[in-house]
Amino acid sequence: MSTNAHPISHNLLVSASPHITSGETIPRIMYNVILAMLPVCLVSIYYFGYYGIKVLVLTTLFCVGFEYLWQKMLRKPVTISDGSAAVTGILLALNLPPSAPWWLMLVGSFLAVIIAKQLYGGLGYNLFNPALVARVALLISFPVHMTNWIQATPLFSGVDAVTTATPLGILQTAIKTTGSIPPEVMAQVNPSSQNMLTWFTGHMMSGSLGEFSALAILLGGLWLMYKKYIYWQVPVTYIGTVLIFSGIFWMIDPTRYAHPLFHLLTGGLFLGAFFMATDMVTSPVTKKGLLVFGVGCGLITCLIRMWGSYPEGVSFAILLMNGLTPLLDRWFKPTVFGQRKLYEETK
Amino acid sequence: MLEAILTLSGLAILASFGLGLAAKFFAVKVDPRVEKIEEILPGANCGGCGAAGCSDFAKGVVEGKYAANACPVGGPSCAAKIAEILGEEVRASEPRVAIVLCAGDEDQCGNRFDYNGIYDCNAADLIQGGFKACTYGCLGLGSCARACPFDAIVITDKRLAVIDRDKCVGCGKCVPVCPRKLITLVPVSRKTHILCSSHDPGAEVRKKCKVGCIACKKCEKTVNGEGISINNFLAVMDYSKDLDGFALETVCPTHTIQRVDQPALQESEKTA
Amino acid sequence: MIKRAHGFPGGVHPDYHKELTAGLALEVPPLFERYVVPVAQHIGSPAKVIVDKGAQVFKGTVLAEPSGFVSVPMHSPTSGTVKSVKNLPHPWGPSMLAVEITADGEDTPDPELPRLNHETASIDELRDFIRQAGIVGMGGAAFPTHVKLSPPKEKPIDVLILNGAECEPYLTADHRLMVESPEKVIAGAGILAKILKVKRICIGVEDNKPDALSALEKAAAGQADMDVYSLHVTYPQGAEKQLIYAILGREVPAGGLPMDVGVVVQNVGTASAVWDAVANGIPLIERITTITGRGIGRPGNLVLRIGTLVEDVVRWRGGISDDTIKVVNGGPMMGMAMSGLDVPVLKGSSGLLFLERDEVEQYHHYPCIRCGRCVDICPMKLMPCIISYYTENEMFDEVESLNVTDCIECGSCAYVCPSSRILVHHMKMGKAEVIVRRRKKAVS
Repeated sequence: MSTNAHPISHNLLVSASPHITSGETIPRIMYNVILAMLPVCLVSIYYFGYYGIKVLVLTTLFCVGFEYLWQKMLRKPVTISDGSAAVTGILLALNLPPSAPWWLMLVGSFLAVIIAKQLYGGLGYNLFNPALVARVALLISFPVHMTNWIQATPLFSGVDAVTTATPLGILQTAIKTTGSIPPEVMAQVNPSSQNMLTWFTGHMMSGSLGEFSALAILLGGLWLMYKKYIYWQVPVTYIGTVLIFSGIFWMIDPTRYAHPLFHLLTGGLFLGAFFMATDMVTSPVTKKGLLVFGVGCGLITCLIRMWGSYPEGVSFAILLMNGLTPLLDRWFKPTVFGQRKLYEETK
Repeated sequence: MLEAILTLSGLAILASFGLGLAAKFFAVKVDPRVEKIEEILPGANCGGCGAAGCSDFAKGVVEGKYAANACPVGGPSCAAKIAEILGEEVRASEPRVAIVLCAGDEDQCGNRFDYNGIYDCNAADLIQGGFKACTYGCLGLGSCARACPFDAIVITDKRLAVIDRDKCVGCGKCVPVCPRKLITLVPVSRKTHILCSSHDPGAEVRKKCKVGCIACKKCEKTVNGEGISINNFLAVMDYSKDLDGFALETVCPTHTIQRVDQPALQESEKTA
Repeated sequence: MIKRAHGFPGGVHPDYHKELTAGLALEVPPLFERYVVPVAQHIGSPAKVIVDKGAQVFKGTVLAEPSGFVSVPMHSPTSGTVKSVKNLPHPWGPSMLAVEITADGEDTPDPELPRLNHETASIDELRDFIRQAGIVGMGGAAFPTHVKLSPPKEKPIDVLILNGAECEPYLTADHRLMVESPEKVIAGAGILAKILKVKRICIGVEDNKPDALSALEKAAAGQADMDVYSLHVTYPQGAEKQLIYAILGREVPAGGLPMDVGVVVQNVGTASAVWDAVANGIPLIERITTITGRGIGRPGNLVLRIGTLVEDVVRWRGGISDDTIKVVNGGPMMGMAMSGLDVPVLKGSSGLLFLERDEVEQYHHYPCIRCGRCVDICPMKLMPCIISYYTENEMFDEVESLNVTDCIECGSCAYVCPSSRILVHHMKMGKAEVIVRRRKKAVS
């Protein structure tokens, strides 16, 4: 008898159970997210042509490049192929104005990948969504460049880029200066069927690259939900909260507060609700926590949009709730099987 | 302006009164010796003495819970100073150092299977009783090294824990961490060690490990039974007796008994 | 009539791969030369060897006696001589005490095997007979059956559940048993019910085994107290607590046992073994084991003597492929990976699984990306990702507060983890450490 009696020459592999896997991997998740963002990217390229392509490609390249350099420098395994840096890059691009200069993208990518992600320990350890950290830091540091919006012009229409304000910006300026919504602005912000359609499928105003078509975002979001990469809890509660909260104020005084659908479909709400608030790393792991997370994002967004000094509040709202995520995980644990009251009832 | 100055200084006076009173009424009586001893202690808070930290130890020494020479890091000089403060007689205690009683690295002792799991000895020990051919030997995943507050344990590239005797202060933190109980504290002057902990019968050991103790009793005979006893197929050394003079390392046929005073091995590890 | 059971929260849907062996009838291998019967094959204290080297034994002779209440005897799988009593390789670890038997090829049954008239025997006699037959839970955990049949007085039992879910992928041993000898399962259940004095017997089978369901229904026809339930195909449907919840809607309290909600769960294989013992006087010396996986030459459902060496079975089934890298004792989700083939089949070996390199999970130390899938699917509603994080950082107070001791180690979390984290290993380690700490606290 020998200790190696098995008819194979190599040692067997031994580990704790289970011995099979679902085959789910980080790269698969990340590439699916990229796939889901494809419609939004295409829409932004349609509206901004060269500008759109430039921002998308450069930001993604910068982000991946920074991750590569950082990991090479620290002699860590290089993980750019898992797609997470590319996801951050594309998300950041969708959060930038189409007119952003190349150095703004470079600074933004540095902030996102190095400051907000790698300094925290890399993928999985960051507390805040890297793309949003970069966007907010840029917004505060370079307010002029970050709000230099240009008018969306459909591809090949041959119109030159014209500077203009975002719908939410127009609304806020109007309310700040006159105290109510003047009629000419009202025409833009009331949900006539014409307005509704353009808001939903792609409005011809201005804003960040990824804010142009709720439809395209919805397509990507539904794909991610179908693949179970994001849970319905966050988008539904987030958008629902904004709808209800702004609806209440609109009903109280429609001359001071915009229609809830305007809040819903213009600005970055859809992008935030489907692609940024749902970021796995920076949102709670429990279903209950996700519900609270979504409601919190919605409330803060509304508060900032209605009474804050910035016209848009999605990034701030999500970042604030990111900070609360560890606490939400602690407060909203699932009830352990066998600790429910059900037991007494059935017996 | 004047109003503000008056309000603030008034507040300050009130608060200082409050503080003064509080200090008087809620004062905790601290033995002055505790503070003095704390100053002497190394302040590493390693817990090697058994107390929660250095200040806890200082309190315990004054209360008589610990002996004056119980701090393994401070050594004899520290013990002498503490004894002086306490007005005790100085009792010399030889400093101790940790030793890993296993010499079976990957070259000497193979693996039974490829382990795929947590990089931690205690975790590895849960899976099929550890991947090493010898069920008593060092797994080399470094749980002891991570527990050492003084960075005194090196894991060689052949997966064996080795104590850096220059750095080891004998705090003993590594001892309970090892799932196989391979680490013991020995007097620092003892150089000869039996580097095996296997209770397998000799024939089994021979199959698994090139440097394992096969209980041939040669060492026991050399010392005439004084200081080495064969206990369940393993030669065990009694460290209260000094056996360094017997040149046991030349007697042992499996080179299980080795002289461990060489910085040579450690130097090579450091550069490795 | 087949009733439909409710589901349970959480769970996963792995690839079942049952088609490899589901249609293959039971086969009986020839007698091998050598058998190894370890004294530790069940949960509880190991049996005590009562035979000496060189002793003559028969098929069914007691080799080792129980050493406590939670312990059962071991019987000789065939006739022959005791070659040695020593530490030999064991599926659970490096080596454990075992009785090695050289078969004489005659396979003579022990003439002094005890018999029992199960119709006239008292409950205590029946229970003791089941114990003396060495019967343990055949589903994989191998908990001594007589202990489960001795509930304390203050815990009245009103339902016996027979577990035929066989939710582990690849395994079809219970499936074949239910298809080929449903009457043994039903009759065994009757004995168990008699001992427990219960009025209601529920048999749960996952609905991916329609032939087993109909065979059981036919065999149970006319018995008013017996219900056959078809269960949802969700892993881990066969875990005790999940099974009770699915069939009866009763939730076993955290840290409790099925008897806390008036239920005893037994595997269908156990019921069949009980019938073999009380009606035919055959102690537990053989079991049905599925031998399967891409790595094995000819997969099948085998009736193996307990103590048969895996290498003998492998040789008989056409050897294993060069790419076979993992050999699992049990199913792929909860089974134990073995370090070699020189180990015996145990009472709890429901399957021998030979996995090739490209189909096994290779664990990595990737960071958790907090996707929350493990929290979502955990059938016990724990938070595996957070527990694993705390275990990694040796924060065991936190680990305890997250109810790690309720973990049933079903492996669903590690199965879905996109970061290939060793979640079950972390849970095991956390559990072990928490239990050690509790014991220390109780002592001090």
